Amino acid sequence: VTVRYARKRYWNERQLGRWERAYLPEILRGLALTSRIFLRNMGKWITGRKGALTTYYPEETRADYAPLNRGKHVLTQRPDGKPQCVACNLCATVCPAKVIEIEAGFDPSDAAHPKFPLRFEIDYSRCVFCGLCVEACPEDAIRMAKETPNLPSGDRHAMWLGLDELLQWQPQRDPAKRYPSAGAGRSR
Amino acid sequence: VTQDLVVTVIYIGYAVGMLMTFGTVLTWVERKQAAVMSDRIGANRAYVRIPFTQMKLIWLGLFHGLADGLKMLVKEDWKPRTYDALAYSLAPWVVFTPVLLVFAVIPFGGMLEPARLFPSLADWYGGRSYPMQISRIDAGLLVVFAFSGITIIGSMLAGWSSNNKFSLLGGLRAGSQMISYELVMGLTVLGLLLIWGTVDLDAMVRRQSGTVLGVLPAWGVVLQPFAAILFMTAAIAENKRIPFDLPEAESELIAGYYTEYSAMKMGLFMFAEFIEIAIIGALFTTLFLGGYNLPYMDDSGFRFPGGHPIALSHGAVVVTQLLVFLAKVLLVCSFQILVRWSLPRFRYDQLLSFAWKFMLPLALLNLMVTATVLWALQGSAK
Repeated sequence: VTVRYARKRYWNERQLGRWERAYLPEILRGLALTSRIFLRNMGKWITGRKGALTTYYPEETRADYAPLNRGKHVLTQRPDGKPQCVACNLCATVCPAKVIEIEAGFDPSDAAHPKFPLRFEIDYSRCVFCGLCVEACPEDAIRMAKETPNLPSGDRHAMWLGLDELLQWQPQRDPAKRYPSAGAGRSR
Repeated sequence: VTQDLVVTVIYIGYAVGMLMTFGTVLTWVERKQAAVMSDRIGANRAYVRIPFTQMKLIWLGLFHGLADGLKMLVKEDWKPRTYDALAYSLAPWVVFTPVLLVFAVIPFGGMLEPARLFPSLADWYGGRSYPMQISRIDAGLLVVFAFSGITIIGSMLAGWSSNNKFSLLGGLRAGSQMISYELVMGLTVLGLLLIWGTVDLDAMVRRQSGTVLGVLPAWGVVLQPFAAILFMTAAIAENKRIPFDLPEAESELIAGYYTEYSAMKMGLFMFAEFIEIAIIGALFTTLFLGGYNLPYMDDSGFRFPGGHPIALSHGAVVVTQLLVFLAKVLLVCSFQILVRWSLPRFRYDQLLSFAWKFMLPLALLNLMVTATVLWALQGSAK
């Protein structure tokens, strides 16, 4: 007795059963599947719930960004609320998209950190979110947070973030440094 | 006569307005239904701002159709350097016009008696009555097939005159596909012709207001379920939509026979496709879903199988019939969109062998069985 093995020619070759080769039942099954999803989602929309998995972007943002997502830049602060940045321009130098603009100021009263940024601006219309600025910073003054900047706009000149927004980040517990409490406020 | 003219002009206005509205709204329905089917939200950014205010009307993205139309109208009308400019500019119209003309013979309501509907017009209209149908032709169904046959010429003209190999291939594919499937479409309907013995669409609808076996409404889909499925398949193939959109298979042929068309000429092709969805919906409704009538309903009111006639006033009947027709057409359109977003495209050889080796024999078989059963029934009646 010879046994004939029906062997697949390719590892992913589909082997259809008789029911599947009859074609019409599978077509009907497919239509039933899509119409079931349609009716389920329509039912959700009609009863005032959200029937979609997508996020309606500028109005809604996703809550489940990965912890290491490079969403937007933040500037860290000293205990007195001043930016940690010493305006050395290393980040602006390493930036491949050349989006960081820093204007340095001089403060003789602070002997340890006489140089500080008067202006620190990032053009998000060109930023590629590579994180090289974070790597280059010798002072741990710039980091990337997982949230995205809320910048959708019809005008690319409106897509800049300045010191005000970048210094919004005030973590309560940071293993590396002591930071001012959230209510302390900033005095620059 | 003036009275007839007035009624006919109103009918034509209603029909053209309805088809244009369907053509525009279906683009929106298609987008939204596809989005909801695939867990998305769908197009909803276009808005109309009320002048002098900041109030933006979005209405679930309903204005995207308007925005598309406007875009098509103001885009540059780019023309290829072709040897046959006349055929090139004629082709979109040859596709578009017959699609509109088909609707002339489709009844969208029962008998209208203006004198009963508007008593103030009683003197002028007297006892005249008009079927709600632009032209009542005995050869209704034949006219439908004759006009939809012209569309093939338009597609092939477009493919031939564009001076582009992709267009030519698309035109050839469109020609062979539409001819094959039109044959199947005609054969599927023959069963119904045998049963009802008429090609007058309005008479067909009237035959469907009775019952079968005492309970079921005598709709075409009950009498000829296989023909209904085959007709729907052939009609979608005739309209060249997915899963049968080989003539414009964008991964192979860019856009097939309208590769070289731009602006509103291209828009006409698209618009014709969407209007044809509505036409197919109307035809399917008329042939298989009891036309403008609800089950057990005719021009005088309801007549339920238990024997409880419910008479309705003439106005109520007319309004119900118009609305029921629209609702049925919309449902069938929605089904076509469901098919379009569910099934993958055929291969071209599969497409033609599907028509000739699968659907055509099935249609013939259906016809044969119908004829045999009818012969047996009539033989027993004699």
